Amino acid sequence: MKKNIAKRTAALAGFLVVMLIVLYLLQKLLMPKYMSDIPEGAMVEEYYKETTDHEVLFVGDCEVYENFSPITLYEDYGITSYIRGSAQQLTWQSYYLLEDALRYETPKVVVFNVLAMKYNEPQSEAYNRMSIDGMKMSPSKIGAIQASMTEEEHMLDYIFPILRYHSRWSELSGEDVKYMFHKDQVSHNGYYMRVDVRPADGFPEPEKLSDYTLGDKAMAYLDKMRELCQEKGIELVLVKSPSLYPYWYDEWDEQICAYAETYGLDYFNYEKLAPEIGIDYNTDTYDAGLHLNLSGAEKLSRYFGAYLTENYDLTDYREDPEYAEVYAEKIRLYDEMREAQYKELEEYGEIISF
Amino acid sequence: MLFTDYSFIGFLAVVFVLYYALPKKCQWPFLLAASYVFYFIASPSYLIFIAATTVSTYLVSLKLDGLDAAQKTWIAEHKGQISREEKKEYKAGIKAKKWKWLLVCLFFNLGILAVLKYTNFTIANINGLLQAFHSDRQLSFLNLVLPMGISFYTFQTMGYIIDVYRGTSRAEKNLFKLALFVSFFPQLVQGPISRFNDLAKSLFEVHYFDPKVVSYGLYRILWGYFKKVVVADRILTAVNTVIQNPDTYQGGFVFVGMMFYAFELYADFTGGIDITIGIAQTMGITVTENFRRPYFSKNIKEYWKRWHITMGTWFTDYIFYPISVCKPMLKFSKFSRNTFGEKIGKRVPVYLSSFVVWFTTGIWHGASWNFIVWGLMNFVVIMISEELEPLYRKFHGRFHVKDKAWYGVFEIVRTVLLMSAIRMFDCYRDVPLTFRMFGNMFTHFDIRALNAEAFLGLGLTGADYLVLFICLIVILSVSIFEERKGSVRDMIFASGAAWKYIVFGVLMLAVIVFGAYGIGYDQSQFIYNQF
Amino acid sequence: MEPLMEILENLHPEIDFDTCDNLIDGGLIDSFDIVTIISEINEEYDVVIPAEEIVPENFNSAKALYALIQRLEDE
Repeated sequence: MKKNIAKRTAALAGFLVVMLIVLYLLQKLLMPKYMSDIPEGAMVEEYYKETTDHEVLFVGDCEVYENFSPITLYEDYGITSYIRGSAQQLTWQSYYLLEDALRYETPKVVVFNVLAMKYNEPQSEAYNRMSIDGMKMSPSKIGAIQASMTEEEHMLDYIFPILRYHSRWSELSGEDVKYMFHKDQVSHNGYYMRVDVRPADGFPEPEKLSDYTLGDKAMAYLDKMRELCQEKGIELVLVKSPSLYPYWYDEWDEQICAYAETYGLDYFNYEKLAPEIGIDYNTDTYDAGLHLNLSGAEKLSRYFGAYLTENYDLTDYREDPEYAEVYAEKIRLYDEMREAQYKELEEYGEIISF
Repeated sequence: MLFTDYSFIGFLAVVFVLYYALPKKCQWPFLLAASYVFYFIASPSYLIFIAATTVSTYLVSLKLDGLDAAQKTWIAEHKGQISREEKKEYKAGIKAKKWKWLLVCLFFNLGILAVLKYTNFTIANINGLLQAFHSDRQLSFLNLVLPMGISFYTFQTMGYIIDVYRGTSRAEKNLFKLALFVSFFPQLVQGPISRFNDLAKSLFEVHYFDPKVVSYGLYRILWGYFKKVVVADRILTAVNTVIQNPDTYQGGFVFVGMMFYAFELYADFTGGIDITIGIAQTMGITVTENFRRPYFSKNIKEYWKRWHITMGTWFTDYIFYPISVCKPMLKFSKFSRNTFGEKIGKRVPVYLSSFVVWFTTGIWHGASWNFIVWGLMNFVVIMISEELEPLYRKFHGRFHVKDKAWYGVFEIVRTVLLMSAIRMFDCYRDVPLTFRMFGNMFTHFDIRALNAEAFLGLGLTGADYLVLFICLIVILSVSIFEERKGSVRDMIFASGAAWKYIVFGVLMLAVIVFGAYGIGYDQSQFIYNQF
Repeated sequence: MEPLMEILENLHPEIDFDTCDNLIDGGLIDSFDIVTIISEINEEYDVVIPAEEIVPENFNSAKALYALIQRLEDE
């Protein structure tokens, strides 16, 4: 009798283990890989592959990951930096990605781009996914999920993504198998490179809003970010990237200015400083003024790097052999991609595979 | 909380573990607590209604029991001292009292249901009449929401109190036990409508963890989810597209919509009942079966003995028989036979009761003319097939096809088509439109319109159709096996230990991967939720 | 017993009511038949079979049905 029970228990346990393995593999297979399409979706998890620490950490939406180039910062100033950004990354997602990064390292400076402050509510499931799915399981991830979920979403769908992506079975491709366990690099320390040019040609006049007050939830997470940095002895810098659209209202800018002043933070609105940086919206943007291209990003990075070096006690890691080796490889990949993009541009007149 | 909500599955897991972990004497009280928690989460403000129905039924059942006891004592005390007539008179007096109490109980509980479910329907009809008489006056609708499962638990308690009145069921002396019978959570949402005598024993008994019973239950639950989530919720998109756009989907697509709905309703309703019965089974509780492969029926009468069985027997036992055999009806029967002759006269009273049954069945399904006409269409078809009976007999006397396999298939197909056609009334917006679309199905039929492109326009992809087709084959195979050989679960469990795991695992993966749940799919409610 | 047998045989000539004891459980007679039988019994025996007596045990065989009639006549 006892033997029987033991046998049964073993069979049940065996069954459960097999089921879990199969489900895990299926989940790996079914989750979107974001390789040839929307590479922004693969950026968040790329952070965990980093082997060296960073002294500067950027958090924010497309206005950081398309506008600042950590490789340029390294090449020109020896600054080590990383961008934890994703598409339409909301303030609370930036907070939790920062919290997540601080589990691995403590940078000297954290840079937050304030555009996301205009959103006070969860926005879209698809963007939530791109920002959260890549995170490793941690209390920070749970926090990010709780803060980000739209009404139709469910925590379990994030914890077990197979519940969310199961319906992709009918659209699986070779890419899903190829990238099940290993993904290609899509960013350069979180920077999403684009070399093409599309000059800005005017945007509609901004609408008048009934209320310009930045939302309380966004402000609360900005507070949390500031307090977290303070607690860890990190300097927080607020920036607003140069871009013509989405429109950044003066009324919003004033509130951020006031906030920075209250807490003694640096805040730079590079939109206003664009001429000084040398940004030319005819040549330095790849989508008519929304985001900078490589040329624009490098200009902005050089300008920002000068400020960083001047004001913070940052190490010049170009002299550190260990870092130099890691970054030599990063620079090689950076140059390689740039060349490849130029080549594609020449061949097809547009960027296709990046 | 729907059966397909994650929270329900979580709730279920907690209930299951606690049910076996708690001391045995707490088992049924725990189920009562769980059922009320379930009801509270689903619709907290309506807890009062189910509680009121329970208490009123309880009090009247005690009263009825008291009257019976009083009668017994009186007869015992007066044994030998009274004449037969005196005894009869006394009994009649008691019976009249019992009848009064029964009516009080029925009026109270049916009253709650009637007010909540039919007030707005009545108002709409009055408004229609007012308009017809060119009155500008219109009554405004009341803001009423139907408490979850009210049609089911009201009917269940009514059946119980009638059984107590008749003496076929004992009166439950423990209010909380009765409360559990009324609110037992797996069957609260969509039935089956249980009888006290059937459910009570296993509901209140102590149950020890038995791996075989539990795994049978789990199998049943999983099979239910398979039908519900993979089939019903997937095909629902196409059904809705067809029936909500009658101007676009005409002719052949009316037929397609009709058949898709037949498949959807089957998968949804039998799947839901499988989940219900399976949940009960994991806790050792036996809930009455509600379906016996209804789509294998050879005629409409058989269909109604195999589809939604507990509802059918409820209407037969508590409406059809009482009306048919009450004294006025027997008198009418005599009159009818004298007037219309033996043959026809005999059937008139039966049809009259049958009419009442189908009218109430219709309106029970929903407060709208669609359902009433649906019910009456069933009545009409049953009546016609009854009237044609002699013709059938002649036919079968001449042509010996009755035992031929192909004739059986023909009968099955005929019944499925007929029932599906009648069911169009619960699809289309209103009754006239349903009739129009039914005609349209023939007048606008164009085989060329039924092309692949049009099918893909219904909101399903080629892959969806493939899944549905495979599911149809699987469900059909299982049904044929069960019809001919018996339980598939028995077969699986008898064929080596590994198989029960393999089949379970595959079925589970199928539900998880191919299920039409989560973002991107409309969370459909069980079709029977609102009844 | 005779009149009862006649009623039953008129209704379903194909069934052997002398031996058959699963009229209900075997699905040989349905609710329509039961109502017809009851109304004819009412005429023949002047006995009203109330709805609560319509249970399989009373209707499964002619014998059981006859026993029911006798019991009701007695009351």
